[in-house]
Amino acid sequence: MRNANPWKAAVTAGVLALAVACGSGGGGTHGGGAAEQKTVGKGEGRVDIIAWAGYAEDGSNDPKADWVHPFEKQTGCKVNTKTAGTSDEMVSLMKTGQYDTVSASGDATLRLIAAGDVAPVNTRLVPNYRDIFSGLKMRPFNSKDGKMYGIPHGRGANLLMYRTDKVSPAPDSWKAVFDGAAKYAGKVTAYDSPIYIADAALYLMKTRPALGIKDPYALDRTQLDAAVALLKKQRQQIGEYWSDYQKEVTAFKGGDSVVGTTWQVIANTAAAEKAPVKAVLPKEGATGWSDTWMVSAKAAHPNCAYKWLNWIVSPKVNAQVAEYFGEAPANAKACKETADPRHCAVYHADDESYYRRVHFWTTPVPQCLDGRRNVKCTDYAEWTRAWTEIKG
Amino acid sequence: MSATRHEPRARARGRLAALLAPPLLWLVLAYLGSLAVLLLSAFWTTDPFTSDVVHTWTTDNFRDILTTPVYRTVALRTLGIAVAVTLLDALLALPMAFFMARVAAGRLRRALLVAVLTPLWAGYLVKAYAWRVMLGEHGIVNAVLAPLGLHGPGYGTAAVVLVLAYLWLPYMILPVHAALERLPAHQLEASADLGAGTLRTLRSVVAPAVRPALLAGSVFTFSLSLGDYLTVQIVGGRTQLLGNVIASQVTLDLPLAAALSAVPVALVVCYLAAVRRAGALDSL
Repeated sequence: MRNANPWKAAVTAGVLALAVACGSGGGGTHGGGAAEQKTVGKGEGRVDIIAWAGYAEDGSNDPKADWVHPFEKQTGCKVNTKTAGTSDEMVSLMKTGQYDTVSASGDATLRLIAAGDVAPVNTRLVPNYRDIFSGLKMRPFNSKDGKMYGIPHGRGANLLMYRTDKVSPAPDSWKAVFDGAAKYAGKVTAYDSPIYIADAALYLMKTRPALGIKDPYALDRTQLDAAVALLKKQRQQIGEYWSDYQKEVTAFKGGDSVVGTTWQVIANTAAAEKAPVKAVLPKEGATGWSDTWMVSAKAAHPNCAYKWLNWIVSPKVNAQVAEYFGEAPANAKACKETADPRHCAVYHADDESYYRRVHFWTTPVPQCLDGRRNVKCTDYAEWTRAWTEIKG
Repeated sequence: MSATRHEPRARARGRLAALLAPPLLWLVLAYLGSLAVLLLSAFWTTDPFTSDVVHTWTTDNFRDILTTPVYRTVALRTLGIAVAVTLLDALLALPMAFFMARVAAGRLRRALLVAVLTPLWAGYLVKAYAWRVMLGEHGIVNAVLAPLGLHGPGYGTAAVVLVLAYLWLPYMILPVHAALERLPAHQLEASADLGAGTLRTLRSVVAPAVRPALLAGSVFTFSLSLGDYLTVQIVGGRTQLLGNVIASQVTLDLPLAAALSAVPVALVVCYLAAVRRAGALDSL
């Protein structure tokens, strides 16, 4: 250590330089600063996309699923896709500013808007926007101050799935995974994400009206505590939490899980693999998700991004993606283009009364989304901490 | 090195510096530098609305970690699992390595060495998912135990210990095997000639030779277990470890995640210090 001084100085200098370099990007730009685009010009020859698995297929997983190459041929925009596994990953990738567009779900959209990472979308520049179901336009999770922040892509509900051979009578209420969960101790499953707190809030909204929950994403401190208490009780009966859908398919097939939340696509996959399962929309309604293609505020290839937005929700492509992924398409005309004519019926695509019972994922923010002004609501960071506590 | 002896000392030193500069730069800037930045960011805070990092100096994150019971629970659980994995690996590795190094000969020894090394070629996820299938309700573990009237551990903490112990076992066997192989045969013979029985030889001759290797292997099993978060996602059922808590905070609250990741770093440093005191790092 005698000769360490010059080294020490060099190390300190290097660390400080790194810290300063890393630190300069993160100023708190409060949302809505970026302006929407006025025209779509010639393509830049490239577009960088963040997508859910299955949303930007180029035929490499399944030769029949390819809507990237036809797009490249038509527009000359080469597509670079980054597949993200979770909403949190999407948010952090968008913060790098290296991507043009993202297929964000409702638990990420408001975070992206608030951080100023995405720009409002000029829907006039996306001709196919006309045919999007009205139930998806200008919703609290994809718009702000009367401005649309993306193009809706598809939607689905978080259903209740159960094994018909193990769970009887057939459940029609979320009670099966909350107050009635002890009957299936160790075989109950739930979605592994802080946003699952909303499922408990939705159940409390119906079963404990005294709490005054109006919107499962607008919880004040007392309401959040009640939901947390319910989820901590549920944890005793949980076998495992799931986050990737293949994991849930195998759990239901093997009998490790017999009742819990699911997506329609999981129920279909499990049933196709001969698992005796059924999925229902319980009487309390359900939470759900709706994805929106958003454009980065720092997009390097905005023209190609707009071309992609219009392409991915065009009737034919929207139908292809919806069928491949297993969701309700956003474009009303897509229902005529699906290979399986029953697809839209199975996913209730044009059934607005069905989706009125679905509370789409929204990022919880301090300003209560249900319009209350006299209290402060809990934000997503608090939900995340609560989720850690629930899992123990 | 003999060629350099005739060159002027300055030139030789210049060459040596040029040779060492890139790895040292890498070590200091990229490796230690990034760790330092991580630890530095643990003293910052986050804008709750945009989840952007705000550069205000605060120790709140560390206070949060120390005062929130759930972090303590998770940290202790993680530590317990890492210790259990290390003990289990040591128990499995000792007889295995002894047999390979001192008993088996020729083809059998080579075959065993290959058997220990082969799993390292398969991907981590492949192995973890294979265990997920085996430990399932209708998996092979339950099928084998059923005739005995037993039930497998299912998914949970026990499964995590089991799978991690499986994953890291080669890192324990290899150093122990190397140490036992280096042990000269005439030392054992001398011990016998001096009248020591098997137990006495094991205690006074073999154990001191193996101890540093065992500790070196335990550094791998312990620190790898401490940082793991995928195995617990695959076979952990409803449990979470430090890695999972850090991962869940990374995008939303980087400073808190950084502060949390200081916990396993501190644990590993303590462990290394203890191991160093025991003399296991002298031969590295």
